[in-house]
Amino acid sequence: MFTKILIANRGEIACRVIKTARRMGIKTVAVYSDADAAALHVKMADEALHIGPPPAAESYLLADRIIAAVKQTGAQAVHPGYGFLSENTAFAERLQKEGIAFIGPNVRAIQAMGDKIESKKLAAAAKVNTVPGYLGVIKDTDEAVKISSGIGYPVMLKASAGGGGKGMRIAWNEADVREGFPAATAEAISSFGDDRVFVEKFVTEPRHIEIQVLADKHGNTLYLGERECSIQRRHQKVVEEAPSPFLDEATRKAMGEQSVALCRAVNYESAGTVEFIVDKDRNFYFLEMNTRLQVEHPVTELITGIDLVEQMIRVAAGEKLSITQDDVKLNGWAMESRVYAEDPFRNFLPSIGRLVRYQPPAESVQDGVTVRNDTGVFEGAEISMYYDPMIAKLCTHAPTRIEAIVAMNDALDAFHIRGIQHNVPFVAAVMEHPRFREGRLTTAFIAEEWPEGFHGTDLSPEVKRDLAALTAFIYLQQGVRAGEITGQIKRGYQNIRSRAWVITLDGVNYPGDAVLAEGGCLVTFDGASKPCRVITNWTPVQPVMRATVDGRKMIVQIDRQASYRLLTHRGATVKGIMRSERAAQLFALMPEKIAPDLSKFLLCPMPGLVVSIAVEVGQEIKAGETLAIVEAMKMQNILRAESDGVVSAIKVKAGDSLAVDQVILEFE
Amino acid sequence: MDTIGKLEAKRLEARQGGGQRRIDGQHARGKLTARERLELLLDPGSFEEFDMFVEHRCADFGMTEQKFPGDGVVTGWGTIDGRIVYVFAKDFTVFGGSLSQAHAQKVCKVQDMALRNGAPIIGLMDAGGARIQEGVDSLGGYAEIFQRNVLASGVIPQISVIMGPCAGGDVYSPAMTDFIFMVRDTSYMFVTGPDVVKTVTQEDVSAEQLGGASIHTTKSSIADGAYDNDVETLEQIRRLMDFLPANNREQAPLRPTWDIPDRIEISLDTLVPDNANKPYDMKELILKIADEGDFFEIQEHFAKNIITGFARIDGQSVGIVGNQPMVLAGCLDSDASRKAARFVRFCDCFNIPIVTLVDVPGFLPGTAQEYGGLIKHGAKLLFAYCEATVPKITIITRKAMGGAYVVMASKHLRGDLNFAWPTAGIAVMGAKGAVEIIFRNEIGSPEKIAARTEEYESQFLNPFVAANRGYIDEIIMPHSTRRRIALGLQRLRNKKLENPWKKHANIPL
Repeated sequence: MFTKILIANRGEIACRVIKTARRMGIKTVAVYSDADAAALHVKMADEALHIGPPPAAESYLLADRIIAAVKQTGAQAVHPGYGFLSENTAFAERLQKEGIAFIGPNVRAIQAMGDKIESKKLAAAAKVNTVPGYLGVIKDTDEAVKISSGIGYPVMLKASAGGGGKGMRIAWNEADVREGFPAATAEAISSFGDDRVFVEKFVTEPRHIEIQVLADKHGNTLYLGERECSIQRRHQKVVEEAPSPFLDEATRKAMGEQSVALCRAVNYESAGTVEFIVDKDRNFYFLEMNTRLQVEHPVTELITGIDLVEQMIRVAAGEKLSITQDDVKLNGWAMESRVYAEDPFRNFLPSIGRLVRYQPPAESVQDGVTVRNDTGVFEGAEISMYYDPMIAKLCTHAPTRIEAIVAMNDALDAFHIRGIQHNVPFVAAVMEHPRFREGRLTTAFIAEEWPEGFHGTDLSPEVKRDLAALTAFIYLQQGVRAGEITGQIKRGYQNIRSRAWVITLDGVNYPGDAVLAEGGCLVTFDGASKPCRVITNWTPVQPVMRATVDGRKMIVQIDRQASYRLLTHRGATVKGIMRSERAAQLFALMPEKIAPDLSKFLLCPMPGLVVSIAVEVGQEIKAGETLAIVEAMKMQNILRAESDGVVSAIKVKAGDSLAVDQVILEFE
Repeated sequence: MDTIGKLEAKRLEARQGGGQRRIDGQHARGKLTARERLELLLDPGSFEEFDMFVEHRCADFGMTEQKFPGDGVVTGWGTIDGRIVYVFAKDFTVFGGSLSQAHAQKVCKVQDMALRNGAPIIGLMDAGGARIQEGVDSLGGYAEIFQRNVLASGVIPQISVIMGPCAGGDVYSPAMTDFIFMVRDTSYMFVTGPDVVKTVTQEDVSAEQLGGASIHTTKSSIADGAYDNDVETLEQIRRLMDFLPANNREQAPLRPTWDIPDRIEISLDTLVPDNANKPYDMKELILKIADEGDFFEIQEHFAKNIITGFARIDGQSVGIVGNQPMVLAGCLDSDASRKAARFVRFCDCFNIPIVTLVDVPGFLPGTAQEYGGLIKHGAKLLFAYCEATVPKITIITRKAMGGAYVVMASKHLRGDLNFAWPTAGIAVMGAKGAVEIIFRNEIGSPEKIAARTEEYESQFLNPFVAANRGYIDEIIMPHSTRRRIALGLQRLRNKKLENPWKKHANIPL
């Protein structure tokens, strides 16, 4: 067994590998760029080496630097994590030449599976079901159009070397191909340094289901069940689960066995993932094989009890698998939510900046429910524009799917992140969605359920009432404390002697009678026959309130604002305040403030750099027309007109760096 | 029996102010009546009214026919969270709240009582100015109020809340009080109104553009804060009063907290970015050291390069002054200096310890600043800190450069506790500027200059040089900032320091 390994990665995956290595008694070496000098993986590792400036192309993607670091520290093996050099044949080859073990598959397998076209041919030969498509190299847009028409629309344009949604486009007609092919080619070059793009049939109502495989160097190959990753947004996975709510035992077995056959065909070793697309009749087609540890591997670990990183390390060290296919038992249900630094209310644009507050839910195993959080950040860390915006993978495991979902909801409620925008409200909405709960998923789930984008969640009247009761507690507690200030004419004067209150949540009044009581408070809403009892030991120091309202568990984040409190629960945030009945009466006389009309402006939706302005002053524009392109986190974002109009002023120019909500254009 | 019945009837009449029609009119304009406002401002049932039956004595212009008990202002006392305050509230429903001699006498009476009894006074303004029918009696009434404002200044906190029109003579009483708050969209204040402006300067301007909350909180700095409506405004005044002592002989109030004084905030260790030119938000530091993250900001929208406001640390009220690196790199300019100077002097008047958070690259250069009198405006802040005898705790988080270092509550200005974070750099100027002056003859050689810059940075841009001389008492870890301040405040509670006797100092106004 190795005594020291180097992790050629960063973020949560580097931290996750370090954890297992440490448990196995193996020393770890981290590498880092300038942007990561204070990163969590650097702190966790036994040693850390600086390998270059922030851009990945000048640090994490430089094989030379990594190999030099290995030599310098005397590590015997390299774990590549995912992304970066994890599926880079040249890197694996170099390691082999240098006599350094690669904790991953052999060079040939990476090579064969890394090329999407090559891998399809191999899969077909191994009798794995494949999607109809054209696997040759396409030389230009005209040829792409011809081939696409031949296959029949819709088709998918994909970078050969791609993954993770980059360089992928759906084309519904010829115009889409003409627009999308050059763009996909450009993205393929910038993301992977390889301009090859291929075309295949786009399966409708598809689910994304993948099989985890594990093989050793001695010819043993197993499949560890499936993961369903249908909840995707623009091909970026958001929620994953294992097992899939869709597969039956026979399909699972068939998919597993085909996956094993494919592995055998390339003498696969280590952990890998065979991705399938599954249609509504449970026909499945091979999509690609990922010859690395997958982001969503924790859900498989949770239902199988197998530590995949440990297995990868053992296999790389030449050990035989100690388990057989019969030993693999799927136990319970696991969910994973990817927590991204992005703003779900602004079309999921990246959000960078400082993590002013970051307190994930506690990891725990309690009453058959496991909460696991794989993270690479910490409170006070900086989310930079250089890398993937994923900051954590929150996982839950429970005996049944619904229990895992509920546990996820609770864990999300307690996930306290401030300073950047994040997708927790959105993931919480997915967890609450009836269709998600029924398991009726397709990869278009998000696009279908939120066609106009995400604008927040509605809470049920019952939940709102419970939040009103908690608001009462917050204000009663504060009222008692106000009575303890020094300098009173009569010591202990309290301003909460009145019992008739009006609690207001987002402008809706909940009149009632509220009084502090043992361990919390009692709130009798007008019209209710009996009081509801709030029990909590919350104080204003805690960001997360844990309470019960008539026995119902409530986990709510509380933010103090000057004149009210914000209560965040199940992905929704409401303004809460309590006033005396009289004050509420007078408040009712106050005019409502009308928010300023922002439709006359194009505001920058995220911090970024202006690439180009596509319009001129005085120009008439139609809804949907491109107005400007802003680059953020290496992605070019096209800002389009929301309605018809005329441009009256341009406030910025190409090359300007913009803040959120900065005015780009004004309309007449 | 008859007298008691009459009393009840008179009281009922007085409470009606200018009558139901005018009350409805007030509501229709989105405003509350004087008595409704006092109900919200004060603890329920605590208001005791004075001079309810006072009426004007004007006999001209048929005024004898028009009399309303109270004469356009409601005065009295009550409590806020059990602590006494004196109040007067202009009643817009009676003669538009205009000021008569009798009206002025009522205000003067509560001003006198507040001063004599050592309790704050809060005025709610919503009035049409002088009562023209009363002529010079009205003007004299204003003068009496002004005189009392000045005598009370620095003895008891005086707070003005503008909740409707406030023009002409009415503006100068608020202007001489400690804080002015406004209600957005329904209040405005100016010396001369839009009509006069139009006649004299031909400028076409609305009342809002001339003197609304949006102007006075951002451009003129007349107002210290603004809120959306009457109810929210009064709720915030209650919140503010809990930070202030009753008078200048009392210590600032203590309020228990659930927060522990030695709470550490590890994330503060990464607040200051590695790159010295990268901004960060000083408010994060304030919110992380304040009890329960509760901060009452003063002049939030004006001169944002400096932050001022009240917080509590371990229950103790403190005034916080902090440079804001997010705006103008935290430079001191004329506006920031004036804003902070006034705040520091308020704290010093009322025994509120001052916590100063320093990250200042210097004074803002340029003709605009120099022509605008930066020297004397900057001197105001310097003067205020020099003069202050309350406990002064200073934390240098990053830059403390040149004269601005001295100004920002440095050790030399009788700072009680001067701490620096390890990221602090205290010097006459930044490395580039310094090297170009000291090594002027090497300017032709970029390598030499680079080496000198590095030398300067390592030698001077750290907290050690100042600590070495005792100008910094201790270099502290950012995560322990709250604990250090809390400890310091405890130890400084009995601080006694007096300035030489004088009639008053001559601050460069």
